[in-house]
Amino acid sequence: MTASIEFAGVAKRFGAVEIIPDFSLQIAAGEFIVLLGPSGCGKSTLLRMLAGLESVSGGRIVLGGNDVTALPPGKRGLAMVFQQYALYPHMSVFDNMAFGLRNIGVAAAEVQRRVTAAAQMLELDALLPRLPGQLSGGQRQRVAIGRAVVKEPKAFLFDEPLSNLDAKLRARTRIEIARLHKRLGSTMVFVTHDQVEAMTLADRIVVMNGGRIEQVGQPMEIYQRPRTKFVAGFVGSPAMNFLPAERVADAQGYVAVRLGNGAVLHTQVRASIESRELCIGVRPEGLKLAEGGAITGTVELIERLGERSLAHVGLGDGTVVVAEVPVQRPLAIGDVVNLQPELGHLHVFDAAGLAHHAQAA
Amino acid sequence: MSSATFNRSAMAAPAWVGWAFVAPFLLCYLGLLAAPVLEGFWLSFNAVDLLTGRGQFVGLANFIDLVKDEIFLRSAANTVLFAAICTPALVGLGLALALVLNRPGKLGAWLRGTFFASNVLSVTVVTLIWRLVLLPDRGLLSQALPGFAPLTDESLALPFIALVTVWWGIGLPMTLILAALQQVPKDLYEAAALDNTSRWRSFRFITLPALRRTLILVAIVQLLGQLQVFGQAQLLTNGGPNNSTRTMVMFIYEALFDQWALGYSAAAAQLLFVLLVLGVSVQRWAEKREEAA
Repeated sequence: MTASIEFAGVAKRFGAVEIIPDFSLQIAAGEFIVLLGPSGCGKSTLLRMLAGLESVSGGRIVLGGNDVTALPPGKRGLAMVFQQYALYPHMSVFDNMAFGLRNIGVAAAEVQRRVTAAAQMLELDALLPRLPGQLSGGQRQRVAIGRAVVKEPKAFLFDEPLSNLDAKLRARTRIEIARLHKRLGSTMVFVTHDQVEAMTLADRIVVMNGGRIEQVGQPMEIYQRPRTKFVAGFVGSPAMNFLPAERVADAQGYVAVRLGNGAVLHTQVRASIESRELCIGVRPEGLKLAEGGAITGTVELIERLGERSLAHVGLGDGTVVVAEVPVQRPLAIGDVVNLQPELGHLHVFDAAGLAHHAQAA
Repeated sequence: MSSATFNRSAMAAPAWVGWAFVAPFLLCYLGLLAAPVLEGFWLSFNAVDLLTGRGQFVGLANFIDLVKDEIFLRSAANTVLFAAICTPALVGLGLALALVLNRPGKLGAWLRGTFFASNVLSVTVVTLIWRLVLLPDRGLLSQALPGFAPLTDESLALPFIALVTVWWGIGLPMTLILAALQQVPKDLYEAAALDNTSRWRSFRFITLPALRRTLILVAIVQLLGQLQVFGQAQLLTNGGPNNSTRTMVMFIYEALFDQWALGYSAAAAQLLFVLLVLGVSVQRWAEKREEAA
């Protein structure tokens, strides 16, 4: 039942405005793909084109081996969960879930069986006679998921389904969706701008920017070896620290850089980069307090998060970097500290924004 | 604590200040609405001579005369028939127009404006326009269909006044329904599209339930309005031919200003009031019954 999905050179234009120039991606049957990117990057448009709710300006969409580019939404065999739930307000929960099945003439007994099974799985049994207006946000989203489940679709599409839920419920529903995927083994395409959702749910993440793919990869790969400066800055919270640097001579075959304050770092990045103007990136957990460290600054803010503490350190030139500091370490705002990047965690970005990673990492 | 006490004493004002704020409305309401209604109610039990201003209590005599008055009965029947033609037509046509014109683009906007335009005309202008169309011998319609003169035909005159009324009044129902249509979230239709919903089922199960309250509102407003029809009938046919277009408000008006029968006219007005209440009640009852079903 579950199907593979292929985008082949898919484009979307609104008049003269090009939203998606040329998008190609293969999604295996049963895979959980998350489209991740900032607002306006085209991820929702892409999902809507897959659903058939938006026309395709160029290219093909292939579902389970069949070209569905020109098919209307109902004929594609997909189910979608919307950000605003989109439950039919005048129908009970049961009817909401049964509506799509009745539309295609599924027998009443089969409708009953499927809705009951889905309601049981999503703990909606007690809510079946209620109207959507009588449900909480989380319950409504579960009904929306149930409505998708009963259709036994070729793939599930999720359009930022957790955005309207509070933090606690979002975490819970995230786990439910992960369980659902494990249980059904269906292809799922999930659109979000929330990297935590992407990291926790995805088999593979597709990071998008300006209608293009920045990187496709497994969550940890995206986190540890971002392909571009955009991905490095977008994924991870707090964001990666970036510092401008100038390339200097290095005898070891690796890149050496001079930072703004004159300190020289000998990285573990192979010296195959052309540009002279570089940027180094290091995540907060790769930036440690160290006597005589290369970077000196003043503590401006300390975020104590329980399991870890983050120090925001202002450098002389106005840049602020975030470093993870030991929880027990007594540190006060205004303290002058030295920080040293762990060379294994150091990324170098060239003038084109492409990342080069440390050899060991 | 102390500041709350302080604020409270500062806020406190004599009771008459509150009344002073309400007074302008209350005086208008009592003087211009409640008092005339009550006086009308009282008048309907009296025979009043307008010239001397003297009245005599006659009990239910006015009402008994009314139900024996063939012209009154005819007027009441005409009024009910007129409302029964106009109300469903205005709701149905308003809905149809709203569905067709609920689209972006200049053409849609232009058509919406056009259909609404007739609404701003006064009854005098509307009837003038339609007289030019419907006049026997010289009207536009008689040019196209010689000998066809609906306003002089007993069975056609009322339906044609209803037609004029629908033409005149269609803008408001259309606009109200359009406003309601645009409140229906777009993603419901998208979910329906993914659910393989046919256009009819989408209309039946998503659009119509979403419009229900607005349709009821439009129906009640139109029913109340059409039961009080006066201007079009007065100006197009003056109640003729053979009383076939005489309405209740026309009857009330004529009883008072032609026959100076103040009590009789007031009694007819009371019966119209009963009819209005009855009309709305039947509608609410039907609606409740549908809700329960």
